[in-house]
Amino acid sequence: MNGPEVKKGQLKIYLGYAAGVGKTYRMLEEAQALRAQGIDIVIGYFEPHGRQETIAKTAGLETIPRRQVAYGGAQFEEMDLEAVLWRKPAVALVDEFAHSNIPGSGHEKRWQDVQTLLEAGINVLTTMNVQHLESLNDQVWQVTGVRVRETVPDWVVDEADEVVLVDLTPRALRNRIERGVVYASEKAKRALDNFFAEANLTALRELAMRHTAHEVEEKLLEPHKEERILICLTGRPSSANLIRRGKRVADYLQGDCLAVHVSAGPVCDESVQRHMSFARNLRIQTHILEGDDVPSAITVFARSHGVTQIFMGRSGARPWWKRFGETVVQQIVRMARDMQITIVAERRR
Amino acid sequence: MNPDDLLRRVQAEERREQRGRLKIFLGYAPRVGKSLRMFDEGRRRKARGQDVVVAAVQEKSSDAVREIVGRLEIIPALDGAIDLPAVFRRHPAVCLIDELAYDNPPGSRNPSRWQDVEAIIDQGIAVITAVNVQHIREQQRAVEAITGKRATRSIPQTFLREAEEIEVVDAPPDLSMGDARVLAELRELALLLAADVVDHQLQEYLDSHGVAVHWGTQERVLVCLTPRSNALEMLRSGQRNARRFHGVMLVAYVAQSGLNAADQARLDENLKLAQDLGAEIHALDGGDFVDTLLLFAKEQRITQLFLGHSQRERSPIERLIDAAEDFDVRLFPHGEAK
Repeated sequence: MNGPEVKKGQLKIYLGYAAGVGKTYRMLEEAQALRAQGIDIVIGYFEPHGRQETIAKTAGLETIPRRQVAYGGAQFEEMDLEAVLWRKPAVALVDEFAHSNIPGSGHEKRWQDVQTLLEAGINVLTTMNVQHLESLNDQVWQVTGVRVRETVPDWVVDEADEVVLVDLTPRALRNRIERGVVYASEKAKRALDNFFAEANLTALRELAMRHTAHEVEEKLLEPHKEERILICLTGRPSSANLIRRGKRVADYLQGDCLAVHVSAGPVCDESVQRHMSFARNLRIQTHILEGDDVPSAITVFARSHGVTQIFMGRSGARPWWKRFGETVVQQIVRMARDMQITIVAERRR
Repeated sequence: MNPDDLLRRVQAEERREQRGRLKIFLGYAPRVGKSLRMFDEGRRRKARGQDVVVAAVQEKSSDAVREIVGRLEIIPALDGAIDLPAVFRRHPAVCLIDELAYDNPPGSRNPSRWQDVEAIIDQGIAVITAVNVQHIREQQRAVEAITGKRATRSIPQTFLREAEEIEVVDAPPDLSMGDARVLAELRELALLLAADVVDHQLQEYLDSHGVAVHWGTQERVLVCLTPRSNALEMLRSGQRNARRFHGVMLVAYVAQSGLNAADQARLDENLKLAQDLGAEIHALDGGDFVDTLLLFAKEQRITQLFLGHSQRERSPIERLIDAAEDFDVRLFPHGEAK
């Protein structure tokens, strides 16, 4: 494209740990303060959830009408990305960053819509909960028993200019739920017994605090490239956990992250391909090696690519006729005694 | 849990039940909005019908704070301190107290305001108050390292721990209040302090409800040293992990009989190194290496176990890897044989 280069918009995320802690309210408070300063701000998307105090905070703010999307015989509403781009405000407020768009709406995820706004030079205020972070998915499942489906890759959040914690004590949140502020009453009781149980909330809240601290620290650190982590991918379902864990450790240690799969033939299983594309979405460099000897292919690759740590899942249960042989993990451990190897635990409840 | 701990817990719970609830808003710098949040909570509680009273307001309050305080009942200060007898007589359900880190003038009943707060909650009155991280005594060394200054007034961290609720008031740094880096570091410190307090509450909750969990919200690294470990590399990695994840590093060794003199000397050297690095060292006694380690890892809610590769063909490490369900096992190459 020609023309003057557009300065990328700034992203500010209000991070919470559950519905009802007040993320949207805080975001609207800021929007009102910006409006009072004469800044051109619009609501790109706002989810009222029928909460009166929050709705009152939108008074006087311009709202871009939502787009109607027909899907499966029903009507849905999404942010009208084109309309926001066309309106081109200085700041757009976009609620629920982790939301998945209805199929056929252009981008699959709202965070991708937000990327487009930022690239067009529009600043964005948004909200999300810590459990939507991809790297915490397994931990959150372990703590709450809930497998969160709407996730945001960590790099998207890491690139935000500001992450602000919206805190509320679990007791205050549970009171709000009891008073019916957050959910309609029949849903409220179920919520209190399940996801909103006190231990769950406390654990999620701690994760949100630690993550916000991590984001603050990230911006203060000098670059420090020492570690290079290699994740050994297979088609097994536990590979998703392995990818998240490996990437999280690499990110925290400011290291590089690579993933490799050794395939017997030129074509990989669909499950392997899915894991590979999942890894690429998290900004992990992926490689496919062809060969029969998995352990030596991996160790040779690791040595030639300056890998400092190999990440593997535990080998699965073996059929009886193989019990006397070595597992892939055992072989790599034996062959790569000069390297660091991490065998990642499978999360369980 | 031993009987003494149990007794202490029961007594603490009894004391707590009679006490008023304490809620603290924790900030990282002046003007992040602690007072506003606190008084706003008071306003909302009053609107819901609770008997709310203000017992201390800062002189230099923002317009927004003054606006709210103007609509609440105030018990005026007496000689520069909270008028405790008046508060006791009035006996509201909730008492709002701004500026927790405050020294009372000489001759007051208590030297510091936090002690006044204790006296008030002991009367069964709930208190909501606000404080900045630089006034928490145990954090003052860290704060001084960041700012070069040390606040004169301080509050013990146990006071924060014993509060029923603590809420973080987070906001991006207001650059008119200081240097961006200093403010960011203080902000991180406040967030991590709050996370530790919350972690403590979570453990208490789980213990008191008899819930055993095999997950942790914090990374806990266990470095297991043997005579042949490359201790320096393992410990450095462990420390780096603990630091970057804001977790904890523990060091352990499994006492083994029949070590030859050379191996014993190597082990001692490795342990000395750990000690010099300030690590917490645990001597594990037990028969089987793997079982002993697994049990300890479970007790300590370990998330990563660091271990040296084994030189032997059939090593206990295989068994350990198979049995390690809840933590990662990271194997390190051995050091050069000396």
